[in-house]
Amino acid sequence: MLTGIYIKSVLNNNFKQVFDYCLQIDKIPNNKLNDFGKKLEVAMKVLVPIKRVIDYNVKVRVKPDNSNVDLTNVKMAINPFCEIAVEEAVRLKEAGIATEIVAVSIGDKSCQEQLRTALALGADRAIQIDTDQNLDSINVAKLLQKVVEEEQPQLVLLGKQAIDSDNNQTGQMLGALTGMPQGTFASIVKVEGDKVNVTREVDGGLQTVALNLPAIVTTDLRLNEPRYASLPNIMKAKRKPLAVKAAGDFGIDLSPRTTLIKVTPPAERQAGIIVESIDELVEKLKNEAKVI
Amino acid sequence: MSILVIAEHDNASLKADTLKTVAAASAIGGDIHVLVAGANCAAAAADAAKAAGVSKVLVADNAAYENQLAENVSLLITELAGDYGHILANASTTGKNFMPRVAALLDVAQISEIIAVESADTFVRPIYAGNAIATVQSLDATKVITVRATGFDAVETNGSAEVVALSNATDAGTSSFVGAELTVSERPDLGAASVVISGGRGMQNGENFHLLDGIADKLGAAIGASRAAVDAGFVANDMQVGQTGKIVAPDLYIAVGISGAIQHLAGMKDSKVIVAINKDAEAPIFQVADYGIVADLFDALPELESKL
Repeated sequence: MLTGIYIKSVLNNNFKQVFDYCLQIDKIPNNKLNDFGKKLEVAMKVLVPIKRVIDYNVKVRVKPDNSNVDLTNVKMAINPFCEIAVEEAVRLKEAGIATEIVAVSIGDKSCQEQLRTALALGADRAIQIDTDQNLDSINVAKLLQKVVEEEQPQLVLLGKQAIDSDNNQTGQMLGALTGMPQGTFASIVKVEGDKVNVTREVDGGLQTVALNLPAIVTTDLRLNEPRYASLPNIMKAKRKPLAVKAAGDFGIDLSPRTTLIKVTPPAERQAGIIVESIDELVEKLKNEAKVI
Repeated sequence: MSILVIAEHDNASLKADTLKTVAAASAIGGDIHVLVAGANCAAAAADAAKAAGVSKVLVADNAAYENQLAENVSLLITELAGDYGHILANASTTGKNFMPRVAALLDVAQISEIIAVESADTFVRPIYAGNAIATVQSLDATKVITVRATGFDAVETNGSAEVVALSNATDAGTSSFVGAELTVSERPDLGAASVVISGGRGMQNGENFHLLDGIADKLGAAIGASRAAVDAGFVANDMQVGQTGKIVAPDLYIAVGISGAIQHLAGMKDSKVIVAINKDAEAPIFQVADYGIVADLFDALPELESKL
Protein backbone atom coordinates (compact mmCIF):
# COMPACT_ATOMS: atom_id res chain seq x y z
CA MET A 1 0.00 0.00 0.00
CA LEU A 2 2.68 2.39 1.09
CA THR A 3 4.89 1.56 -1.88
CA GLY A 4 1.93 1.89 -4.22
CA ILE A 5 1.11 5.34 -2.98
CA TYR A 6 4.75 6.34 -3.13
CA ILE A 7 5.07 5.25 -6.77
CA LYS A 8 1.83 6.99 -7.66
CA SER A 9 3.04 10.14 -5.97
CA VAL A 10 6.30 10.04 -7.89
CA LEU A 11 4.45 9.52 -11.15
CA ASN A 12 2.02 12.34 -10.52
CA ASN A 13 4.30 14.59 -8.53
CA ASN A 14 1.33 15.26 -6.29
CA PHE A 15 3.15 14.69 -3.02
CA LYS A 16 1.18 16.95 -0.75
CA GLN A 17 -2.14 15.37 -1.58
CA VAL A 18 -0.87 11.82 -1.31
CA PHE A 19 0.94 12.57 1.92
CA ASP A 20 -2.20 14.04 3.45
CA TYR A 21 -4.07 10.94 2.36
CA CYS A 22 -1.47 8.76 4.02
CA LEU A 23 -1.79 10.67 7.25
CA GLN A 24 -5.40 9.53 7.37
CA ILE A 25 -4.38 5.89 7.24
CA ASP A 26 -3.80 5.24 10.90
CA LYS A 27 -2.50 1.72 10.31
CA ILE A 28 0.85 2.94 9.08
CA PRO A 29 3.28 2.87 12.01
CA ASN A 30 4.54 6.27 12.99
CA ASN A 31 8.18 5.52 12.30
CA LYS A 32 7.36 4.41 8.74
CA LEU A 33 5.25 7.48 8.18
CA ASN A 34 8.16 9.68 9.20
CA ASP A 35 10.49 7.99 6.74
CA PHE A 36 7.83 8.34 4.11
CA GLY A 37 7.40 12.02 4.92
CA LYS A 38 11.11 12.62 4.47
CA LYS A 39 11.10 10.85 1.14
CA LEU A 40 8.26 13.07 -0.05
CA GLU A 41 10.06 16.16 1.12
CA VAL A 42 13.21 15.48 -0.86
CA ALA A 43 11.51 14.71 -4.16
CA MET A 44 11.33 18.17 -5.65
CA LYS A 45 11.50 19.17 -9.27
CA VAL A 46 12.62 22.71 -10.08
CA LEU A 47 11.80 24.41 -13.38
CA VAL A 48 14.07 27.27 -14.46
CA PRO A 49 12.96 29.38 -17.44
CA ILE A 50 15.88 31.29 -18.95
CA LYS A 51 16.24 33.96 -21.63
CA ARG A 52 18.89 34.71 -24.23
CA VAL A 53 19.61 38.44 -24.21
CA ILE A 54 22.27 40.91 -25.28
CA ASP A 55 25.37 40.71 -23.04
CA TYR A 56 25.00 43.16 -20.16
CA ASN A 57 28.28 44.93 -20.99
CA VAL A 58 27.25 45.82 -24.53
CA LYS A 59 26.02 49.33 -25.19
CA VAL A 60 23.08 48.92 -27.57
CA ARG A 61 22.60 50.96 -30.72
CA VAL A 62 19.24 51.96 -32.09
CA LYS A 63 18.72 51.14 -35.78
CA PRO A 64 18.82 54.20 -38.07
CA ASP A 65 15.19 53.58 -39.15
CA ASN A 66 14.10 53.61 -35.46
CA SER A 67 12.38 50.23 -35.87
CA ASN A 68 14.24 48.60 -32.95
CA VAL A 69 17.70 48.19 -31.46
CA ASP A 70 20.36 46.64 -33.67
CA LEU A 71 21.19 43.11 -32.52
CA THR A 72 23.18 41.95 -35.56
CA ASN A 73 26.65 40.69 -34.59
CA VAL A 74 26.11 41.63 -30.96
CA LYS A 75 27.40 39.39 -28.17
CA MET A 76 24.51 37.47 -26.58
CA ALA A 77 24.41 35.73 -23.20
CA ILE A 78 22.12 34.19 -20.61
CA ASN A 79 20.19 36.96 -18.82
CA PRO A 80 22.08 37.70 -15.56
CA PHE A 81 18.96 37.23 -13.41
CA CYS A 82 18.26 33.85 -15.07
CA GLU A 83 21.82 32.78 -14.30
CA ILE A 84 21.12 33.50 -10.63
CA ALA A 85 17.95 31.37 -10.89
CA VAL A 86 19.94 28.45 -12.33
CA GLU A 87 22.55 28.81 -9.57
CA GLU A 88 19.87 28.79 -6.88
CA ALA A 89 18.31 25.64 -8.33
CA VAL A 90 21.71 23.94 -8.42
CA ARG A 91 22.35 24.94 -4.80
CA LEU A 92 18.96 23.49 -3.80
CA LYS A 93 19.97 20.26 -5.49
CA GLU A 94 23.36 20.23 -3.80
CA ALA A 95 21.58 20.74 -0.46
CA GLY A 96 19.54 17.60 -1.14
CA ILE A 97 16.27 19.53 -1.50
CA ALA A 98 15.80 19.58 -5.27
CA THR A 99 15.97 16.29 -7.14
CA GLU A 100 15.75 17.43 -10.74
CA ILE A 101 16.38 20.73 -12.52
CA VAL A 102 14.71 21.39 -15.86
CA ALA A 103 15.79 24.48 -17.81
CA VAL A 104 13.44 25.88 -20.44
CA SER A 105 13.90 28.67 -22.96
CA ILE A 106 11.62 30.13 -25.61
CA GLY A 107 13.17 31.31 -28.85
CA ASP A 108 14.82 30.21 -32.06
CA LYS A 109 17.58 27.60 -32.28
CA SER A 110 20.18 30.08 -30.99
CA CYS A 111 18.78 29.94 -27.44
CA GLN A 112 20.00 26.32 -27.24
CA GLU A 113 23.41 27.87 -26.54
CA GLN A 114 22.04 29.37 -23.30
CA LEU A 115 20.27 26.11 -22.43
CA ARG A 116 23.62 24.30 -22.82
CA THR A 117 25.11 26.88 -20.46
CA ALA A 118 22.39 26.08 -17.92
CA LEU A 119 23.10 22.36 -18.35
CA ALA A 120 26.83 22.99 -17.84
CA LEU A 121 26.00 24.89 -14.65
CA GLY A 122 24.09 21.88 -13.29
CA ALA A 123 20.61 21.62 -14.85
CA ASP A 124 19.66 18.00 -15.63
CA ARG A 125 17.79 18.50 -18.88
CA ALA A 126 16.50 21.25 -21.10
CA ILE A 127 13.49 22.15 -23.21
CA GLN A 128 13.58 24.62 -26.09
CA ILE A 129 10.23 25.98 -27.17
CA ASP A 130 10.96 26.87 -30.75
CA THR A 131 9.64 30.13 -32.18
CA ASP A 132 11.12 33.06 -34.07
CA GLN A 133 8.34 35.35 -32.91
CA ASN A 134 9.11 38.13 -30.46
CA LEU A 135 6.59 37.34 -27.71
CA ASP A 136 4.88 39.59 -25.17
CA SER A 137 5.39 38.43 -21.56
CA ILE A 138 1.77 37.24 -21.34
CA ASN A 139 2.35 34.81 -24.20
CA VAL A 140 5.66 33.67 -22.70
CA ALA A 141 3.81 33.04 -19.43
CA LYS A 142 1.12 31.03 -21.27
CA LEU A 143 3.71 28.78 -22.90
CA LEU A 144 5.44 28.32 -19.54
CA GLN A 145 2.06 27.46 -17.99
CA LYS A 146 1.84 24.52 -20.42
CA VAL A 147 5.34 23.41 -19.44
CA VAL A 148 4.35 23.64 -15.77
CA GLU A 149 1.26 21.50 -16.45
CA GLU A 150 3.42 18.91 -18.17
CA GLU A 151 6.36 18.87 -15.77
CA GLN A 152 4.52 19.56 -12.48
CA PRO A 153 7.48 21.27 -10.77
CA GLN A 154 7.31 22.11 -7.06
CA LEU A 155 9.25 25.29 -7.60
CA VAL A 156 9.64 27.57 -10.61
CA LEU A 157 12.69 29.85 -10.38
CA LEU A 158 12.87 32.80 -12.79
CA GLY A 159 14.91 35.97 -13.01
CA LYS A 160 13.06 39.07 -11.80
CA GLN A 161 13.52 40.82 -15.15
CA ALA A 162 15.23 40.47 -18.50
CA ILE A 163 17.82 43.19 -19.08
CA ASP A 164 16.60 43.81 -22.64
CA SER A 165 12.85 44.46 -22.29
CA ASP A 166 13.14 45.43 -18.58
CA ASN A 167 9.54 44.27 -18.13
CA ASN A 168 9.64 42.42 -14.79
CA GLN A 169 6.39 40.54 -15.56
CA THR A 170 6.81 36.89 -16.54
CA GLY A 171 7.14 35.26 -13.10
CA GLN A 172 4.15 37.12 -11.71
CA MET A 173 2.05 36.29 -14.80
CA LEU A 174 2.97 32.62 -14.56
CA GLY A 175 1.90 32.78 -10.90
CA ALA A 176 -1.50 34.10 -11.89
CA LEU A 177 -2.02 31.54 -14.68
CA THR A 178 -1.01 28.54 -12.56
CA GLY A 179 -2.60 29.85 -9.36
CA MET A 180 0.74 29.48 -7.59
CA PRO A 181 1.85 32.02 -4.99
CA GLN A 182 4.87 34.16 -5.81
CA GLY A 183 7.99 35.35 -4.03
CA THR A 184 9.38 38.07 -6.27
CA PHE A 185 12.77 39.85 -6.00
CA ALA A 186 14.12 37.11 -3.73
CA SER A 187 17.38 37.50 -1.85
CA ILE A 188 16.92 34.44 0.40
CA VAL A 189 15.00 31.23 -0.46
CA LYS A 190 14.40 28.59 2.23
CA VAL A 191 12.38 25.46 1.51
CA GLU A 192 10.80 24.15 4.71
CA GLY A 193 8.48 21.16 4.38
CA ASP A 194 5.60 22.05 2.09
CA LYS A 195 6.35 25.77 2.22
CA VAL A 196 9.04 28.06 0.93
CA ASN A 197 10.08 31.16 2.84
CA VAL A 198 11.23 33.95 0.57
CA THR A 199 12.96 37.12 1.74
CA ARG A 200 12.20 39.83 -0.80
CA GLU A 201 14.01 43.05 -1.63
CA VAL A 202 11.37 45.77 -1.31
CA ASP A 203 11.67 49.56 -1.53
CA GLY A 204 12.03 50.17 2.19
CA GLY A 205 14.25 47.18 3.00
CA LEU A 206 13.43 43.47 3.22
CA GLN A 207 10.19 41.54 3.54
CA THR A 208 9.70 37.83 4.19
CA VAL A 209 6.70 35.85 2.94
CA ALA A 210 5.78 32.19 3.35
CA LEU A 211 4.42 30.47 0.24
CA ASN A 212 2.66 27.15 -0.13
CA LEU A 213 4.40 24.84 -2.60
CA PRO A 214 4.25 24.66 -5.54
CA ALA A 215 5.41 28.25 -5.84
CA ILE A 216 7.08 30.80 -8.11
CA VAL A 217 10.24 32.60 -7.06
CA THR A 218 11.90 35.40 -9.04
CA THR A 219 15.52 36.20 -8.25
CA ASP A 220 17.17 39.46 -7.30
CA LEU A 221 20.87 40.09 -7.79
CA ARG A 222 21.80 39.43 -4.21
CA LEU A 223 20.34 35.93 -4.02
CA ASN A 224 23.69 34.32 -4.89
CA GLU A 225 26.83 34.58 -6.93
CA PRO A 226 26.60 32.27 -9.96
CA ARG A 227 29.48 29.85 -10.52
CA TYR A 228 31.44 29.47 -13.71
CA ALA A 229 30.92 26.33 -15.77
CA SER A 230 34.03 24.14 -15.76
CA LEU A 231 35.32 22.66 -19.02
CA PRO A 232 34.44 19.05 -18.04
CA ASN A 233 30.93 20.20 -17.17
CA ILE A 234 30.62 22.03 -20.48
CA MET A 235 31.63 18.79 -22.23
CA LYS A 236 29.14 16.77 -20.15
CA ALA A 237 26.38 19.26 -20.90
CA LYS A 238 26.62 18.38 -24.59
CA ARG A 239 25.30 14.91 -23.81
CA LYS A 240 22.47 15.98 -21.52
CA PRO A 241 18.95 15.76 -23.02
CA LEU A 242 17.57 18.83 -24.81
CA ALA A 243 14.03 18.48 -26.15
CA VAL A 244 12.72 20.82 -28.84
CA LYS A 245 9.01 21.60 -29.06
CA ALA A 246 7.35 23.93 -31.54
CA ALA A 247 5.56 26.85 -29.86
CA GLY A 248 2.68 26.35 -32.29
CA ASP A 249 2.01 22.82 -30.96
CA PHE A 250 0.78 24.06 -27.58
CA GLY A 251 -2.48 25.33 -29.06
CA ILE A 252 -2.16 28.82 -27.59
CA ASP A 253 -3.07 32.03 -29.38
CA LEU A 254 0.30 33.78 -29.49
CA SER A 255 -0.79 36.83 -31.47
CA PRO A 256 0.91 40.02 -30.31
CA ARG A 257 -0.81 42.21 -27.70
CA THR A 258 1.39 45.24 -28.29
CA THR A 259 2.84 47.00 -31.31
CA LEU A 260 6.31 48.49 -31.13
CA ILE A 261 5.81 51.79 -32.91
CA LYS A 262 9.34 53.13 -32.72
CA VAL A 263 12.57 52.95 -30.78
CA THR A 264 14.71 56.05 -30.38
CA PRO A 265 18.00 56.75 -28.64
CA PRO A 266 17.61 58.55 -25.30
CA ALA A 267 18.35 62.26 -25.15
CA GLU A 268 22.13 62.76 -25.10
CA ARG A 269 23.50 64.69 -22.16
CA GLN A 270 25.66 67.71 -22.97
CA ALA A 271 29.34 67.13 -22.24
CA GLY A 272 30.23 68.70 -18.91
CA ILE A 273 33.33 70.38 -17.61
CA ILE A 274 36.11 69.29 -15.29
CA VAL A 275 36.61 71.73 -12.43
CA GLU A 276 39.97 72.17 -10.78
CA SER A 277 38.97 72.68 -7.16
CA ILE A 278 36.17 72.17 -4.66
CA ASP A 279 35.81 75.97 -4.44
CA GLU A 280 35.16 76.14 -8.15
CA LEU A 281 32.66 73.23 -7.90
CA VAL A 282 30.68 74.88 -5.10
CA GLU A 283 30.71 78.21 -6.95
CA LYS A 284 29.40 76.56 -10.16
CA LEU A 285 26.66 74.66 -8.33
CA LYS A 286 25.52 77.83 -6.58
CA ASN A 287 25.74 80.38 -9.38
CA GLU A 288 25.74 78.50 -12.68
CA ALA A 289 23.54 75.44 -12.08
CA LYS A 290 21.71 77.05 -9.12
CA VAL A 291 21.00 73.68 -7.51
CA ILE A 292 22.34 74.43 -4.01
CA MET B 1 -13.94 54.47 -19.84
CA SER B 2 -12.75 55.26 -16.33
CA ILE B 3 -9.23 54.82 -15.03
CA LEU B 4 -8.37 52.93 -11.85
CA VAL B 5 -5.21 53.96 -9.99
CA ILE B 6 -3.98 51.56 -7.31
CA ALA B 7 -2.76 53.58 -4.34
CA GLU B 8 0.57 52.80 -2.73
CA HIS B 9 0.47 53.28 1.02
CA ASP B 10 1.53 51.82 4.36
CA ASN B 11 -2.07 51.90 5.67
CA ALA B 12 -1.28 55.05 7.71
CA SER B 13 -0.49 57.39 4.83
CA LEU B 14 -0.39 57.59 1.06
CA LYS B 15 3.03 57.29 -0.65
CA ALA B 16 3.81 60.48 -2.56
CA ASP B 17 4.47 58.56 -5.79
CA THR B 18 0.77 57.73 -6.01
CA LEU B 19 0.21 61.40 -6.87
CA LYS B 20 2.55 60.97 -9.84
CA THR B 21 0.61 57.94 -11.00
CA VAL B 22 -2.58 60.02 -10.78
CA ALA B 23 -0.78 62.57 -12.98
CA ALA B 24 -0.16 59.83 -15.57
CA ALA B 25 -3.87 58.92 -15.37
CA SER B 26 -4.79 62.57 -15.95
CA ALA B 27 -2.57 62.58 -19.04
CA ILE B 28 -4.59 59.64 -20.42
CA GLY B 29 -7.84 61.48 -19.66
CA GLY B 30 -11.06 60.14 -18.13
CA ASP B 31 -12.80 59.71 -14.81
CA ILE B 32 -10.13 58.71 -12.25
CA HIS B 33 -10.83 56.38 -9.33
CA VAL B 34 -8.25 55.37 -6.73
CA LEU B 35 -8.29 51.99 -4.98
CA VAL B 36 -6.87 51.83 -1.47
CA ALA B 37 -6.52 48.19 -0.46
CA GLY B 38 -5.23 47.64 3.06
CA ALA B 39 -6.19 47.08 6.65
CA ASN B 40 -7.18 49.99 8.90
CA CYS B 41 -6.28 52.21 5.98
CA ALA B 42 -8.82 55.02 6.45
CA ALA B 43 -6.01 57.58 6.85
CA ALA B 44 -4.41 56.55 3.57
CA ALA B 45 -7.83 56.71 1.89
CA ALA B 46 -8.37 60.24 3.26
CA ASP B 47 -4.99 61.25 1.74
CA ALA B 48 -6.00 59.75 -1.60
CA ALA B 49 -9.29 61.68 -1.59
CA LYS B 50 -7.27 64.92 -1.66
CA ALA B 51 -5.46 64.08 -4.91
CA ALA B 52 -6.51 66.53 -7.61
CA GLY B 53 -8.48 65.03 -10.47
CA VAL B 54 -9.69 61.98 -8.54
CA SER B 55 -13.47 61.59 -8.43
CA LYS B 56 -13.82 58.51 -6.26
CA VAL B 57 -11.72 56.59 -3.73
CA LEU B 58 -12.58 52.93 -3.29
CA VAL B 59 -11.49 51.49 0.04
CA ALA B 60 -11.09 47.75 0.53
CA ASP B 61 -10.32 47.51 4.23
CA ASN B 62 -9.64 43.91 5.13
CA ALA B 63 -6.96 41.94 6.96
CA ALA B 64 -6.26 40.03 3.74
CA TYR B 65 -4.88 43.23 2.18
CA GLU B 66 -2.79 44.44 5.12
CA ASN B 67 0.57 43.69 3.51
CA GLN B 68 -0.70 43.91 -0.04
CA LEU B 69 0.26 40.34 -0.87
CA ALA B 70 0.13 39.99 -4.65
CA GLU B 71 -2.03 36.83 -4.53
CA ASN B 72 -4.84 38.63 -2.67
CA VAL B 73 -4.63 42.15 -4.09
CA SER B 74 -4.51 40.90 -7.70
CA LEU B 75 -7.78 39.02 -7.21
CA LEU B 76 -9.44 42.14 -5.76
CA ILE B 77 -8.29 44.36 -8.62
CA THR B 78 -9.38 41.77 -11.19
CA GLU B 79 -12.87 41.73 -9.63
CA LEU B 80 -13.12 45.51 -10.05
CA ALA B 81 -11.45 45.65 -13.47
CA GLY B 82 -14.60 45.29 -15.58
CA ASP B 83 -15.51 48.93 -15.09
CA TYR B 84 -12.17 50.32 -16.20
CA GLY B 85 -10.29 50.83 -19.45
CA HIS B 86 -6.97 51.51 -17.73
CA ILE B 87 -5.48 50.20 -14.49
CA LEU B 88 -2.38 52.02 -13.25
CA ALA B 89 0.02 51.52 -10.36
CA ASN B 90 3.44 52.83 -9.35
CA ALA B 91 6.42 50.96 -10.72
CA SER B 92 7.56 50.42 -7.13
CA THR B 93 8.42 46.98 -5.75
CA THR B 94 4.78 46.73 -4.59
CA GLY B 95 3.24 47.67 -7.95
CA LYS B 96 5.71 45.54 -9.90
CA ASN B 97 4.75 42.63 -7.67
CA PHE B 98 0.97 42.54 -8.12
CA MET B 99 0.28 44.28 -11.46
CA PRO B 100 1.58 41.59 -13.86
CA ARG B 101 -0.57 39.15 -11.91
CA VAL B 102 -3.58 41.37 -12.55
CA ALA B 103 -2.70 41.57 -16.26
CA ALA B 104 -2.45 37.78 -16.57
CA LEU B 105 -5.74 37.24 -14.72
CA LEU B 106 -7.34 39.65 -17.21
CA ASP B 107 -5.50 37.95 -20.10
CA VAL B 108 -3.85 41.17 -21.27
CA ALA B 109 -0.28 42.40 -21.68
CA GLN B 110 1.24 44.85 -19.22
CA ILE B 111 3.09 48.00 -20.23
CA SER B 112 5.83 48.44 -17.60
CA GLU B 113 7.39 51.64 -16.29
CA ILE B 114 5.96 54.21 -18.67
CA ILE B 115 7.62 57.64 -18.62
CA ALA B 116 5.15 59.42 -20.93
CA VAL B 117 1.63 59.08 -22.34
CA GLU B 118 1.28 59.60 -26.11
CA SER B 119 -2.41 58.74 -26.29
CA ALA B 120 -4.94 56.53 -24.51
CA ASP B 121 -3.33 53.39 -25.98
CA THR B 122 0.25 54.48 -26.74
CA PHE B 123 2.96 54.91 -24.14
CA VAL B 124 6.68 55.62 -23.92
CA ARG B 125 9.02 53.45 -21.85
CA PRO B 126 12.77 52.89 -21.55
CA ILE B 127 14.28 49.52 -22.54
CA TYR B 128 17.83 48.10 -22.44
CA ALA B 129 18.70 49.85 -19.16
CA GLY B 130 17.47 53.17 -20.54
CA ASN B 131 19.72 53.01 -23.61
CA ALA B 132 16.71 53.02 -25.92
CA ILE B 133 13.27 54.57 -25.61
CA ALA B 134 10.37 52.53 -26.97
CA THR B 135 6.97 53.82 -28.02
CA VAL B 136 4.48 51.00 -27.53
CA GLN B 137 0.85 50.68 -28.50
CA SER B 138 -1.39 48.37 -26.49
CA LEU B 139 -3.86 46.27 -28.49
CA ASP B 140 -5.76 45.01 -25.42
CA ALA B 141 -9.16 46.22 -24.26
CA THR B 142 -7.89 46.83 -20.72
CA LYS B 143 -4.55 48.61 -20.38
CA VAL B 144 -2.56 47.45 -17.37
CA ILE B 145 0.27 49.90 -16.78
CA THR B 146 2.98 50.63 -14.22
CA VAL B 147 4.23 54.20 -14.02
CA ARG B 148 7.82 55.31 -13.41
CA ALA B 149 7.53 58.11 -10.86
CA THR B 150 10.39 60.19 -12.29
CA GLY B 151 8.46 60.61 -15.57
CA PHE B 152 5.57 62.59 -14.06
CA ASP B 153 5.05 65.54 -11.70
CA ALA B 154 2.80 64.91 -8.70
CA VAL B 155 -0.75 66.32 -8.87
CA GLU B 156 -1.88 68.87 -6.29
CA THR B 157 -3.58 67.73 -3.09
CA ASN B 158 -6.52 70.12 -3.18
CA GLY B 159 -9.19 67.62 -4.30
CA SER B 160 -12.12 66.20 -2.38
CA ALA B 161 -13.13 62.87 -3.86
CA GLU B 162 -16.00 60.75 -2.64
CA VAL B 163 -14.82 57.84 -0.44
CA VAL B 164 -16.66 54.55 -0.99
CA ALA B 165 -16.12 51.48 1.17
CA LEU B 166 -15.96 48.12 -0.62
CA SER B 167 -16.99 44.92 1.08
CA ASN B 168 -14.72 42.69 -1.03
CA ALA B 169 -12.52 40.25 0.86
CA THR B 170 -10.46 37.86 -1.17
CA ASP B 171 -7.83 35.70 0.44
CA ALA B 172 -6.16 33.28 -1.94
CA GLY B 173 -4.80 31.46 1.10
CA THR B 174 -1.57 30.47 -0.65
CA SER B 175 0.82 32.97 0.93
CA SER B 176 1.34 34.77 4.20
CA PHE B 177 3.38 37.66 5.53
CA VAL B 178 6.15 36.61 7.91
CA GLY B 179 7.99 39.83 8.70
CA ALA B 180 9.78 42.90 7.41
CA GLU B 181 13.07 44.63 8.11
CA LEU B 182 12.70 48.18 6.96
CA THR B 183 15.54 50.69 6.93
CA VAL B 184 14.81 53.58 9.26
CA SER B 185 16.21 56.92 8.12
CA GLU B 186 15.75 60.58 8.97
CA ARG B 187 16.76 61.56 5.46
CA PRO B 188 14.38 62.19 2.58
CA ASP B 189 13.16 59.20 0.58
CA LEU B 190 15.65 58.32 -2.17
CA GLY B 191 13.04 58.42 -4.92
CA ALA B 192 11.64 61.80 -3.85
CA ALA B 193 14.79 63.70 -2.77
CA SER B 194 15.80 66.78 -4.76
CA VAL B 195 19.46 66.10 -4.01
CA VAL B 196 21.06 62.65 -3.93
CA ILE B 197 24.64 61.85 -3.00
CA SER B 198 25.77 58.31 -3.82
CA GLY B 199 28.86 56.32 -3.00
CA GLY B 200 30.40 53.48 -4.96
CA ARG B 201 33.18 50.95 -4.62
CA GLY B 202 35.63 53.85 -4.19
CA MET B 203 34.23 54.40 -0.69
CA GLN B 204 36.21 51.28 0.28
CA ASN B 205 34.04 50.32 3.26
CA GLY B 206 30.74 50.97 5.03
CA GLU B 207 32.33 53.20 7.68
CA ASN B 208 33.47 55.67 5.03
CA PHE B 209 29.87 56.22 3.94
CA HIS B 210 29.65 58.47 7.00
CA LEU B 211 31.79 60.93 5.03
CA LEU B 212 28.62 61.54 3.01
CA ASP B 213 26.45 62.26 6.07
CA GLY B 214 27.61 65.83 6.69
CA ILE B 215 27.18 66.80 3.06
CA ALA B 216 23.77 65.11 2.89
CA ASP B 217 22.69 66.99 6.03
CA LYS B 218 23.78 70.34 4.63
CA LEU B 219 22.04 69.75 1.28
CA GLY B 220 18.98 67.93 2.63
CA ALA B 221 20.03 65.04 0.43
CA ALA B 222 19.25 61.34 0.37
CA ILE B 223 22.16 58.91 0.29
CA GLY B 224 22.35 56.32 -2.48
CA ALA B 225 24.83 53.70 -3.59
CA SER B 226 26.02 51.79 -6.62
CA ARG B 227 25.54 48.05 -6.92
CA ALA B 228 29.25 47.54 -6.24
CA ALA B 229 28.89 49.27 -2.87
CA VAL B 230 25.81 47.21 -2.01
CA ASP B 231 27.33 43.91 -3.14
CA ALA B 232 30.48 44.62 -1.12
CA GLY B 233 28.19 44.97 1.91
CA PHE B 234 29.00 48.66 2.53
CA VAL B 235 25.31 49.63 2.71
CA ALA B 236 21.80 48.14 2.54
CA ASN B 237 20.41 47.09 -0.83
CA ASP B 238 17.44 49.47 -0.68
CA MET B 239 19.94 52.31 -1.24
CA GLN B 240 20.92 50.97 -4.66
CA VAL B 241 20.44 53.32 -7.60
CA GLY B 242 20.35 51.70 -11.03
CA GLN B 243 18.56 49.50 -13.56
CA THR B 244 17.67 46.97 -10.91
CA GLY B 245 17.53 49.32 -7.94
CA LYS B 246 15.82 52.67 -7.62
CA ILE B 247 15.40 55.10 -10.49
CA VAL B 248 16.03 58.68 -9.39
CA ALA B 249 15.95 62.01 -11.18
CA PRO B 250 16.84 64.67 -8.60
CA ASP B 251 17.91 68.25 -9.31
CA LEU B 252 21.42 67.38 -8.19
CA TYR B 253 23.09 63.97 -8.19
CA ILE B 254 26.58 63.70 -6.73
CA ALA B 255 28.38 60.45 -7.64
CA VAL B 256 31.32 59.73 -5.38
CA GLY B 257 33.74 56.94 -6.22
CA ILE B 258 31.32 55.53 -8.81
CA SER B 259 32.78 54.54 -12.19
CA GLY B 260 29.48 54.88 -14.08
CA ALA B 261 28.56 51.43 -15.41
CA ILE B 262 25.60 51.19 -17.84
CA GLN B 263 23.46 49.69 -15.09
CA HIS B 264 24.12 52.56 -12.67
CA LEU B 265 23.59 55.26 -15.29
CA ALA B 266 20.18 53.70 -16.02
CA GLY B 267 19.07 54.77 -12.56
CA MET B 268 20.27 58.39 -12.49
CA LYS B 269 21.02 59.83 -15.91
CA ASP B 270 17.80 61.84 -15.99
CA SER B 271 19.04 63.90 -13.05
CA LYS B 272 19.10 67.62 -13.82
CA VAL B 273 22.71 68.23 -12.77
CA ILE B 274 25.25 65.45 -12.26
CA VAL B 275 28.49 65.93 -10.33
CA ALA B 276 31.21 63.29 -10.35
CA ILE B 277 34.01 63.00 -7.83
CA ASN B 278 36.45 60.32 -8.94
CA LYS B 279 40.20 59.95 -8.98
CA ASP B 280 40.15 58.08 -12.31
CA ALA B 281 39.95 60.70 -15.06
CA GLU B 282 38.94 57.95 -17.52
CA ALA B 283 35.86 56.83 -15.53
CA PRO B 284 32.74 56.72 -17.77
CA ILE B 285 30.81 58.77 -15.19
CA PHE B 286 32.63 61.89 -16.47
CA GLN B 287 30.93 61.45 -19.86
CA VAL B 288 27.53 62.21 -18.31
CA ALA B 289 28.63 64.55 -15.51
CA ASP B 290 27.94 68.27 -15.84
CA TYR B 291 30.69 68.99 -13.37
CA GLY B 292 33.51 66.62 -12.66
CA ILE B 293 36.44 66.82 -10.33
CA VAL B 294 39.36 64.42 -10.58
CA ALA B 295 40.36 64.02 -6.97
CA ASP B 296 40.71 61.52 -4.15
CA LEU B 297 37.31 61.41 -2.48
CA PHE B 298 38.94 61.22 0.96
CA ASP B 299 40.36 64.71 0.37
CA ALA B 300 37.45 66.09 -1.62
CA LEU B 301 34.54 65.09 0.66
CA PRO B 302 35.71 66.81 3.88
CA GLU B 303 36.61 69.91 1.87
CA LEU B 304 33.23 69.94 0.13
CA GLU B 305 31.43 69.55 3.47
CA SER B 306 33.35 72.47 4.99
CA LYS B 307 32.63 74.75 2.03
CA LEU B 308 28.89 74.23 1.74
